[in-house]
Amino acid sequence: MESADLYAHLHLVLKQVTGYIYPNEAELHWGLLVVVYPYLTGLVAGAFILASLERVFNVKALEPTYRLSLLTALAFMIVAPVPLLAHLGHPERAFEIFLTPHLQSAMAMFGFVYAWYLGVVLLLEIWFDYRKDMVVWAGQERGWRRWLHLALTLGATDVSEKSVDLDHKIGKTITIIGIPSAFLLHGYVGFIFGSVKANPWWSSVLIPVVFLFSAIVSGIALMVIIYMLSCMLRWKKVDMNCLDTLATYLFYALVIDFSLEMLDFIHRLYEAEESIKILSQLISSKLFISLVILQLFMGTVVPLVSLVLFSPVLHDRALVQIPDELRRMMYWGVAILIQLGIFSTRWNVVVGGQLFSKSLRGLTVYKMELLGLEGLLMGGFLLVLPLFILALLIWILPPWSDKEVSMQEVTQG
Amino acid sequence: MVQETRSEKRSATEKGKSQDRRTFLKQCLRGSPLLLGILPLEAKGAEEEDGYRPKEHLYGMGIDVDKCIGCGRCVDACKNENDVPREPFFFRTWVERYAVRGEDEVRIDSPNGGIDGFPLQADDGEVQRTFFVPKLCNHCSNAPCVQVCPVGATFTTEDGVVLVDPDYCIGCRYCIQACPYGARFLHPETRTAEKCTFCYHRVRRDLQPACVEVCPTKARVFGDTRQRSSPLARFFRFNKIQMLKAHLNTEPKVFYAALDAAVG
Repeated sequence: MESADLYAHLHLVLKQVTGYIYPNEAELHWGLLVVVYPYLTGLVAGAFILASLERVFNVKALEPTYRLSLLTALAFMIVAPVPLLAHLGHPERAFEIFLTPHLQSAMAMFGFVYAWYLGVVLLLEIWFDYRKDMVVWAGQERGWRRWLHLALTLGATDVSEKSVDLDHKIGKTITIIGIPSAFLLHGYVGFIFGSVKANPWWSSVLIPVVFLFSAIVSGIALMVIIYMLSCMLRWKKVDMNCLDTLATYLFYALVIDFSLEMLDFIHRLYEAEESIKILSQLISSKLFISLVILQLFMGTVVPLVSLVLFSPVLHDRALVQIPDELRRMMYWGVAILIQLGIFSTRWNVVVGGQLFSKSLRGLTVYKMELLGLEGLLMGGFLLVLPLFILALLIWILPPWSDKEVSMQEVTQG
Repeated sequence: MVQETRSEKRSATEKGKSQDRRTFLKQCLRGSPLLLGILPLEAKGAEEEDGYRPKEHLYGMGIDVDKCIGCGRCVDACKNENDVPREPFFFRTWVERYAVRGEDEVRIDSPNGGIDGFPLQADDGEVQRTFFVPKLCNHCSNAPCVQVCPVGATFTTEDGVVLVDPDYCIGCRYCIQACPYGARFLHPETRTAEKCTFCYHRVRRDLQPACVEVCPTKARVFGDTRQRSSPLARFFRFNKIQMLKAHLNTEPKVFYAALDAAVG
């Protein structure tokens, strides 16, 4: 924002301040883009953990979503740092975080955590998982697609049983390393907020854990949407067993997430520290819609009740039996509501934590722009961009089980 | 020692070259992230170019709340001295007015940081006590802003002043979030974090910070926290001292006398 626009914007903000805020607090520093960042990394961590369920814990029902989850995690991971970069005062100096990190800073670890997760976990796992298929596809294809797949094998074209077996073993090891890494990735994002002692809304040891479980919830819900969407677009039948299994994991993750959030809430209320008055005002005024209505009611309670009633999450049969068609509709609704709820969760943490003054005496407002680098359109673009990247990844590396090459086909040549 | 004797024998040009090489290597080492914070590459505390010895000082400020009359001259002087934008959203120092009306009701205002003084407020007879509190960066010994800066652009000098390197700051604003006192802002033109420097450019020349210099009632006292002869030492002897938000363990170096419980 140009200085003149910024001043006009801040004058408007100042008119809507209630109580007393420190004079430097008129400008709200972390806006929509910093909300998008933890939302995206949450989806990455969640999608990866879902993939690991199939790979490490052998949940065979989730097979149709395994590769799709990996590609989804990669697509969202590629976009995740973009909002951070766009919101920096000096994006051209961002690389200093890698070159001269200040090791005491939680944020300085960003570069390493990101590079580790993208480079060591995601890319390697996908490569080992697809290598055999890429070699076979390259043999069957013509033109530049053949060259692309051949190039992606990095010259490792041995598809003997021993070699493919090794791929599996290494892939599994990476997944095992990947689970704590996914925990680290998103727990770390939570720590960036949770460790700010100046801010009583953020400063909580539970924040990284709440972030983590909400990440798992959002990742599974995203895969419900992407899996059903991919079936629709490919005119394939949805595997209801897979969908019900996804719903079961979603349900349990949601229960843990909800319990943790309630624990945090009750703990704050019971301790009633000096910030309790201003935080109560915050919740009952500025955050009422995004926290009570969107995050808690629409994003948590409604999905929980729907899943308990209409999905076989507790027993082999649902409490209320409904036809598959209706159940699929219910899953659509639940998954979308959860996305809305988790986005609100990120909003309530990031923006909510800046709507009250550190003097604990007043509330301010966040006025989002429409255009501009930190505006609504940019935020929307960054949320949709991963889906286009995912479409490209799917086109290069089809994750469907009917495209996967079996060992029998390999040996037959 | 042997090397030095040898280099003494070299011609002046050769000696110059060897020093260049040494400086170059030193700079390479300093740039390596692996060695940051592990190797003390320079003997610190030595005399700097202008003859100033930072290690011999540890600066702090004392503020006597009872003496502040809310004239706002300090705020104005600070903005002039440090080129702080004149808009009412950017302050290195500001003054707050408190009107306590019973335990639960405290009215606080700081119109334009108090730069033009404070408009008269009608007393409806309910006000128990009222006073002005000047605020600024607390130059904490245990500064959260220094801790969180991802690139080390915010740092503490040897003489205890917390500074920001504007050529290095990436503008992530984590320090602004981490400061419990609202003392930092993002400069709208440089797009880097800014805050009070205790007028470091003046202090190094044995001058007082601008806000201290102009205060007509001597509500602000600046000095060395360790020297017995400094005005701050006198301030410590004659007052009971409190710090802002001491429970956060930031260890501020701005010390308040006659601070009220309502101040946060």
